Amino acid sequence: MEFYTAMRHFADSWGLLAMTLFFLGVLVFTLRPGGKASADEAAQIPLKED
Amino acid sequence: MNYVSETIWLAIGTFLALLGAAFAHDSLFQAHMWVLFFTLLISTILLMRRISFTPPTPAQIAAKQSEYFDEVIRYGTVATMFWGIVGFLVGVVIALQLAFPDLNIEPWFNFGRMRPLHTSGVIFAFGGNALLATSFYVVQRTCRARLFGGNLAWFVFWGYQLFIIMAATGYLLGITQSREYAEPEWYVDIWLTIVWVAYLVVFLGTIIKRREPHIYVANWFYLGFIVTIAMLHVVNNLAIPASFLGVKSYSAFSGVQDALTQWWYGHNAVGFFLTAGFLGMMYYFIPKQVNRPVYSYRLSIIHFWALIFMYIWAGPHHLHYTALPDWAQTLGMVFSIMLWMPSWGGMINGLMTLSGAWDKIRTDPIVRMMIMAVAFYGMATFEGPMMSIKAVNSLSHYTDWTIGHVHSGALGWNGLITFGALYFMVPKLWNRERLYSVRMVNWHFWLATLGIVVYAAVMWVAGVQQGLMWREYDDQGFLVYSFAETVAAMLPYYVLRAIGGGLYLAGALIMAFNITMTILGHQRDEAPIGGSLPKAPSKSPALQPAE
Repeated sequence: MEFYTAMRHFADSWGLLAMTLFFLGVLVFTLRPGGKASADEAAQIPLKED
Repeated sequence: MNYVSETIWLAIGTFLALLGAAFAHDSLFQAHMWVLFFTLLISTILLMRRISFTPPTPAQIAAKQSEYFDEVIRYGTVATMFWGIVGFLVGVVIALQLAFPDLNIEPWFNFGRMRPLHTSGVIFAFGGNALLATSFYVVQRTCRARLFGGNLAWFVFWGYQLFIIMAATGYLLGITQSREYAEPEWYVDIWLTIVWVAYLVVFLGTIIKRREPHIYVANWFYLGFIVTIAMLHVVNNLAIPASFLGVKSYSAFSGVQDALTQWWYGHNAVGFFLTAGFLGMMYYFIPKQVNRPVYSYRLSIIHFWALIFMYIWAGPHHLHYTALPDWAQTLGMVFSIMLWMPSWGGMINGLMTLSGAWDKIRTDPIVRMMIMAVAFYGMATFEGPMMSIKAVNSLSHYTDWTIGHVHSGALGWNGLITFGALYFMVPKLWNRERLYSVRMVNWHFWLATLGIVVYAAVMWVAGVQQGLMWREYDDQGFLVYSFAETVAAMLPYYVLRAIGGGLYLAGALIMAFNITMTILGHQRDEAPIGGSLPKAPSKSPALQPAE
């Protein structure tokens, strides 16, 4: 069970922190100033052809 | 077209199936290998008959490299329709079996074997083919690139159909590993893994060779679905076969770990197969059908990441009040409740795509169908987190409320969004000006919606009544009702449920007729839907819209 315990401790410490930071990073990047223009452009992709 | 090497591989597979039948360890494996043998034999013969020795013309070769690979999508569309009808029909049959037990025809057609046939039929055969077809359609058009891998997409399609046939016949023969939504035994699981990896290669390869700099959000959802399902499928089916040529295998996990692995898989099958994949459909087909971009593209990105990060933790809510540690149950509940936010964010995003074009709900039955799908997505993702709360779950768990909840999501959300996508794709794929009949779409819409409402409402009442009867104590602490009494009390609900399912099936049959006629190139002479502009009749070119 040593392996399990080590994984478990990693999961609820550094693993959790890394995932939270990644998620917050996604939010910040998506909502960054100037992100709207490229988002609006991307939203048009399906409407470009047929 | 030349499929020489494919035919050789099929012939080798046919021979191996024959060997499997000859050296089978048990009679079930032998029967299953005979099914495989005849399926592959027929496929080999069909493919051999299509071999042509004339070399392809340069024009054909050029078309094969530049045009969208739509032939496989056409097959996928028809397969979706076909398996949908089969799955719904089996659903109505098992609903009637519950109401009238005499309909259980032993051994092959009793409820225990028909139920996985229904669940796998609608989720993996109907839903899976819908996801295959639409993902190939969407990824090509939003990446502006032909599918990667040449004939690999054909392998994905036919390999997946083989998986469905092996799974379905296995259930009826009584071959099951008893894991919900993952009943096929080890050798069918290995086959699905191979097909799925090929699917990932085709999809990811198309994204990599895209000519559009940005990866449209629908592709993110589809990719999330493909990758996560691969992971879930492999981990949940880790098992040791008892013999090399036999059906039986033993799970790598035991006890509560096994149960949690099963529901980690089971709930994420809902989250990534039935939610993420179908959200990919929503983010492409709703903007296309209403001809305006998604309400907020940035919200859709946040929707994606929030869904990916939260869904994976929600599985333990299927194991409330079991041997699973309390902290794990609470974790599952908390994450389920947090899922409200991305789910409703996505629902609002889908609905608001119509802002400024709300009249289309009145005038375009296909838009109406898609919007009703999103509304059911919202309702089911509200109900689900509520049912994951332990106090609510103590009433709802093991009752028919759960079945009602699943069906408002599956029939309402997955079914209707798929129908909408099919109605959108079919005229485009077969180069038809329009559908055979728009009024029939309207009929389909109302039959399906009425069917779902009957189904869900009846199951709420049935489930709550069941839950209350099970927990009813008299003043001396004895249970008031025996279990058999609670079963007998369900009869009227079960009959009504079968009627609701029957309505839904009737709607799907209308769709099958409508789409078949569209494919055959017919157009029904009919009055336009009220409130809409005349649909550009060919007699009056003055009304032709500019687009």
